[in-house]
Amino acid sequence: MTASLLEIADVSKTFKRTRTEEVRAVRGVSLSVAAGETVALVGESGSGKSTLGRIALGLLRPDSGRVLLDGQSLYELGSRELRRARTCMQPVFQDAAAALNPRKTARDHLLQALGARDAAAVRRAVELLDSVGLQPGSEYLPRFPHELSGGQRQRLTVARALAPRPRLIIADEPLSGADVSIRGQILNLLLDIKRASGIAYLLITHDISVARAFSDRVAVMMRGEIVETGPVGEVLTSPRHDYTRRLLAAVPALPSQRAAAEVAARADR
Amino acid sequence: MSANILEITGLTLDYTARGRTLRALDAVSLSVGAGEAVGLVGESGSGKSTLARAALGLTPAKTSHIAAGEIRIAGRDVTHFSEDEWAEMRGDPVAIVFQDPLSYLNPVMRVGAQIAESVARHTPSLAVAPRVKELLELVKLPAACAASYPHELSGGMRQRVLLAIAIGCRPRLLIADEPTTALDVTTQAEILALLAELRRQLDMAMLLISHDLGIVAQACERIYVMYAGRTIEWGSAAAVFETPAHPYTVGLLRAAHADRDSDGHFVTIGGDPPNLAITTPGCPFAPRCAHALPQCATSMPGPVTMGGGLQTVRCWRCRPDASHAAADAAGQAP
Amino acid sequence: MRRFWARFATHRAGIAAGLYVLALVLTMLGVELLPGADPHAISAEVMRPPSPAHPLGTDELGRDVLLSILHGIKVSLSVGFAAALGATVIGVLVGSTAGFYGGVIDLFTMRISEIFQVVPSFILAAVIVALSGPGLVQVVAVISLLAWPQVARLMRGEVMRIKQLEFVDAVRCLGIREPVILAGEIVPNALAPALAAGSLIVAHAILLEAALSFFGLSSADIISWGRMLNSGQRFLYNAWWLSVFPGAAIFTTVLAFNLLGDALGSALNPRTVSGK
Repeated sequence: MTASLLEIADVSKTFKRTRTEEVRAVRGVSLSVAAGETVALVGESGSGKSTLGRIALGLLRPDSGRVLLDGQSLYELGSRELRRARTCMQPVFQDAAAALNPRKTARDHLLQALGARDAAAVRRAVELLDSVGLQPGSEYLPRFPHELSGGQRQRLTVARALAPRPRLIIADEPLSGADVSIRGQILNLLLDIKRASGIAYLLITHDISVARAFSDRVAVMMRGEIVETGPVGEVLTSPRHDYTRRLLAAVPALPSQRAAAEVAARADR
Repeated sequence: MSANILEITGLTLDYTARGRTLRALDAVSLSVGAGEAVGLVGESGSGKSTLARAALGLTPAKTSHIAAGEIRIAGRDVTHFSEDEWAEMRGDPVAIVFQDPLSYLNPVMRVGAQIAESVARHTPSLAVAPRVKELLELVKLPAACAASYPHELSGGMRQRVLLAIAIGCRPRLLIADEPTTALDVTTQAEILALLAELRRQLDMAMLLISHDLGIVAQACERIYVMYAGRTIEWGSAAAVFETPAHPYTVGLLRAAHADRDSDGHFVTIGGDPPNLAITTPGCPFAPRCAHALPQCATSMPGPVTMGGGLQTVRCWRCRPDASHAAADAAGQAP
Repeated sequence: MRRFWARFATHRAGIAAGLYVLALVLTMLGVELLPGADPHAISAEVMRPPSPAHPLGTDELGRDVLLSILHGIKVSLSVGFAAALGATVIGVLVGSTAGFYGGVIDLFTMRISEIFQVVPSFILAAVIVALSGPGLVQVVAVISLLAWPQVARLMRGEVMRIKQLEFVDAVRCLGIREPVILAGEIVPNALAPALAAGSLIVAHAILLEAALSFFGLSSADIISWGRMLNSGQRFLYNAWWLSVFPGAAIFTTVLAFNLLGDALGSALNPRTVSGK
């Protein structure tokens, strides 16, 4: 049995809204991501998926349960060991504008992520920019986030995530807020990265069609609990839980796939 | 034609800020017939939200300017209406709901009072309270909601409140600008069902604006596709979705279906969304178009009707005398 | 940077204020570095109204008022800037720490800052100066101590807003230590309102120094506008120029720094709509 890269074991987190009222955001959740695997965590707002994402990234201490990264329990490490261990897991956030420091250039962001400022690091930064489609990389180095378009900013956050050579990327709604035409580009970018480096992904999304298009396994989350997990083909074609069925039914249908395929064939001629 | 509740002809609208001009709408024509459900599809920079606001005179007076064209609501020319004249028109015959209900509801006023506010303009005061109750029923909210503040309600409930406010004056046309974008997919399905129900009961036309092709396909009879401030394809929803002619529409549909090419990559539209600060005499989609012809960069194509009159497109590839791909498309009779 | 200047340029009053301050600084430098007439020079031309020889008149000891005002710039500006600097440094340090770490540190520092805010500034200044002597250093210290809370509050608010942004978490995931995150990522982004407040503190400091001098609580051998008002008040009816000109100097300078502070504040705020 291969040990998982990321193992979330029976994690719970409760927030106090007022002195008497509390919100149980995450309740006894267990989830694992194996090396090279893409797992989609699907849920609507209030499901706790973003909270779980932050717990997994080591940003929010759970009230109970453990998060194991490569066998090490994140929240039981000393701060120095934690800082060393966590670089093998990197985030990509939903709002690329908020995910970048407005006062830092692309160069600053990447050199900080690489942890070095010498010439070799600068070369590596240019390579990273090229690899995410910001070409030529050298031209993008001196740019500030506000000088980039939305899609370019998201690509920069991906480049930064790749800099420390992580083995897992946790992406929280990386496609929301992007135009339909940009979403495909970002998905392709993530796909290429996956093929090139065998990175594992934990993709947190409310859009079940993204999960369908991109992941190996899917976990459906509702009100703090995981109600169903399994290979994506199985879960999405024969869902066992009522909530999953409702989610799938709610997605508005486009005119038939067959018609679309004909269209595609015609357009390419 | 006079049955059209909303008739926009050749509308060109500019935004000016600090000496720079942005052409948000360029010779846009659009119509909504009585009781019809029309969809308006586009991404950022397409101008769809500007169009929605212009239809109700809600574009900022100081920085926006209608350079050409006209807007007619129920036959009246409202293009250059003053604020007072608009106050008459808003609510009845045209009402609007927006994307983010939390921003459009007064946070310190109970929702019942907010609904009452909009109803009171057209209803004698004694009839206001029962009318508010009636409206809450119509949008399927429990009557007890009237005493709640907006932040105490869920996103879906807030959107229902906005709908109640909008239909309060029995509008003949409801403009819904991304009404479900901020909502979960299950709530979205409920709100769309509610909209269909309201349309049926009140015999109300609807202009549904969205970047989500799915909901437009589900809810609308006719659609318009916009890109960079221009309408580039329009017609019956069935025709446009099943046989899209414009490369942009094709790209959108293929992206929505998550089509993959032989490489396993998702088929997508390359390049970046349009920059409205740069005006071009040609087709604005040309830089991103895989099928661009030389004339695409120099002049904007005129409308070409296809599919037996059910579909119109502005694309050089769809001219009768261009490649036979266009002839194929034109030959697809319904 | 360019956007900052573009926004600043739309603030006509701010530009005028900025030019005035610049002129003031240049005049001060000119007066210090170039040899010129001695403002302390006592002459026989006592209590003369404004004339070609003495454009702003002379005082009861025959000293030229214009020269005194020009030399007084130094005191006003140096007290103003030094106090603002002190208050801003303390305020930034305290406010950012309180906003970032929250909890007990936040509670503690905010209560202390409230104590300083509640005390009436002039009374406290007068007491401290009376106890420790009328030097400029004391005046600067008092003003810094009284003004840091407002900077701290602004800083704390900004830091609390910024620390929730995703880029802070992204840097945390890179294994960077918390204090480095505060200093390197958050503070630079939070400084803008604090800097705007700083220029308002200059205005307040100049006014406070003038008030202290007016009441005779500052050193007699330093030329300051407030001190000139103090000596001129006795002659208000027979020698109006001894009060009006220093008063006008204080008024214009304080006004200029206030306008500058406003302009800086809106120029540093990316959401400002231009047109003022």
